[in-house]
Amino acid sequence: MSKKQKSMLLRIIAAAAMLIGFHFMPLTGTTRFVAYFSAYLIIGGDILIKAGKGIKNKQVFDENFLMAVATVGAIALALYKTGDYTEAVAVMLFYQIGELFQSYAVGKSRKNITALMDIRPDYANIKLNGTLTRVNPDEVEIGSIITVQPGEKIPLDGIVVNGESALNTAALTGESRPRSVHGGDEVFSGCININGLLEVRTTKEFGESTASKILDLVENASSRKSKSENFISKFARIYTPAVCFSALALAILPPLARLFVMDLPPDWENWVYRALTFLVISCPCALVISIPLSFFAGIGGAGKAGILIKGSNYLETLSKTKIVVFDKTGTLTQGVFEVSDVHHNKMDKAKLIEYAALAESASSHPIGKSIQRAYGKEIDRSRVSNLREISGNGVIATVDGIDIVIGNDKLMKSLNLDYIPCRHTGTIIHTAVDGEYEGHIVIADIIKPQAKQAITALKKAGVKKTVMLTGDTAGVGKQVADFLGIDEVYSELLPADKVEKVEELIKNKAENEKLAFVGDGINDAPVLSRADIGIAMGAIGSDAAIEAADIVLMDDDPMKITTALRLSRKCLRIVYENIWFALGVKGICLILGALGIANMWLAVFADVGVMVIAVLNAMRALFVQKQSDSIV
Amino acid sequence: MKKTYKIDVDCANCADKMELAAQKTAGVKEATVNFMALKMTVDFEDDQNIDAVMREVRKNCKKVEDDCEVYL
Repeated sequence: MSKKQKSMLLRIIAAAAMLIGFHFMPLTGTTRFVAYFSAYLIIGGDILIKAGKGIKNKQVFDENFLMAVATVGAIALALYKTGDYTEAVAVMLFYQIGELFQSYAVGKSRKNITALMDIRPDYANIKLNGTLTRVNPDEVEIGSIITVQPGEKIPLDGIVVNGESALNTAALTGESRPRSVHGGDEVFSGCININGLLEVRTTKEFGESTASKILDLVENASSRKSKSENFISKFARIYTPAVCFSALALAILPPLARLFVMDLPPDWENWVYRALTFLVISCPCALVISIPLSFFAGIGGAGKAGILIKGSNYLETLSKTKIVVFDKTGTLTQGVFEVSDVHHNKMDKAKLIEYAALAESASSHPIGKSIQRAYGKEIDRSRVSNLREISGNGVIATVDGIDIVIGNDKLMKSLNLDYIPCRHTGTIIHTAVDGEYEGHIVIADIIKPQAKQAITALKKAGVKKTVMLTGDTAGVGKQVADFLGIDEVYSELLPADKVEKVEELIKNKAENEKLAFVGDGINDAPVLSRADIGIAMGAIGSDAAIEAADIVLMDDDPMKITTALRLSRKCLRIVYENIWFALGVKGICLILGALGIANMWLAVFADVGVMVIAVLNAMRALFVQKQSDSIV
Repeated sequence: MKKTYKIDVDCANCADKMELAAQKTAGVKEATVNFMALKMTVDFEDDQNIDAVMREVRKNCKKVEDDCEVYL
């Protein structure tokens, strides 16, 4: 608790003790008034001062004013008639308890959420004159060698030059499985080094490092306000004056009507009391505090799961997403070529791959590399001779004294080899061993293992249409889409065509259905910014993606899209629950108050109780379901 | 020109008032107050003396909510 909160707590305890004590004392007349009024000043003095200052600064209608008028009015009534001062003091007491609770809850959640994103590195270790020295990460220049000891945070982005270790990336990606790194690997600031000693050559300044970028993004997230938040602040600006005037009308009009129209006694006290009750009920705190708190908690919870949301407006739009458009390469597929199959081979598949890998041993082309990876063993170059690369078509070589030809249709034709064309999609590499055709190797971009599950989960979560855009051929596009269960696919698109396609889709959908585009941030920045919601995935270390997207998934797991969608819905559900709950309870109490059924005790519950419940409800947005739960 | 300032304020409603007050200050193009992060982001109009504008913003904020602070 802060100092302010502590002194408030003391005041609350003192006033409560006085209230109870006075109840059992036989106080009458002026002594009674002085006793209760001193309790009132202890608990509500600052409210009176604030209300006074508000009037002086022409900011009349705020909650201080409401409470001051209501309680002073109640005291005046008691003085004049009933002698029951308890009500006025108690109302102020409960109001202050509510305020204290609110300020405590907000402070607590603020701390929780900042702790979630605790990736700010405090220092970097640099070797100076042979000894390790701690320096401010801000002062480390690009190209410096920093040492990261086990248990420390990596302070700056860089490349490992020495050592190997496992990294905990949970703070960045929400992924709990450690990532192993060794020499030559890129590492990102904010990860925690678990066990080995690492020497890292920095590639970025602190301000440009991943950790800084992410912190910056999170801290500025809720400056972009959602429609609900804007609605509430506008509402509060109209609401408070409206209630004040209604209360005034309630205090004056009915007695006048009774006096002149109905010929009854005016009954002023009764109507003034009702008007004061009205004022207490009407405080807009519950709404004004709980709505931004829900969004803040929602964004914080998402951050913990490795989903960065740039503003509460995006959280709101995401919750209305009905169409999800995917980029294929790098989003649904891994964007890495791999040997997916071998067809029509007579000899053992592994043997064929071995020959092919040896023949491709000099290749640095992605296709050649993929065959070398499929072979998986160290390549013994001494087994290879007479290596000739036929540019763009393939390779001819002698391996272990046997002639090997590997290449495309053209190469086969030119060598008069009788090859079998392939129906499968992907890149086809024909092979011939010792002058005989030996079938072909199919090399394709691999679909991510979770992709199919992710599409099914999206459908289950109520997404109406899934669309895939790809620059690849129609055949490949259709095959991937069919396998994943995607509704529509558009192929052979250039980056500019993708923007056009997304615009077309946006035009043809209903206004309240939002379209999200999911890409990997490479080549698709314009599409990311054109869609209602741009989601970039696999964004660690990709500045372009972080800049262009509205929502950033730190790792490249497509299941996270559903997680994001679900948590946005949950957050918005909480927001609406709070709006309806607060307005509903207040509305009912206002009517009861006007009819004279509700007294001030009920009124103070309508104010403080509703706020406490709304704040507790808002905190639920902080908890994000784990992925495995969200599939079900 | 955009700058972010740390603020201190107790209630969300007051933060909202501060935001309005900052927006109305001469020389400010756009201002947002983030109550949860206790930050005020001010987008200044071109060719403004930022310090002078911020002093004015602070004064105006104090006017609408006595119990607030903008750390310059």
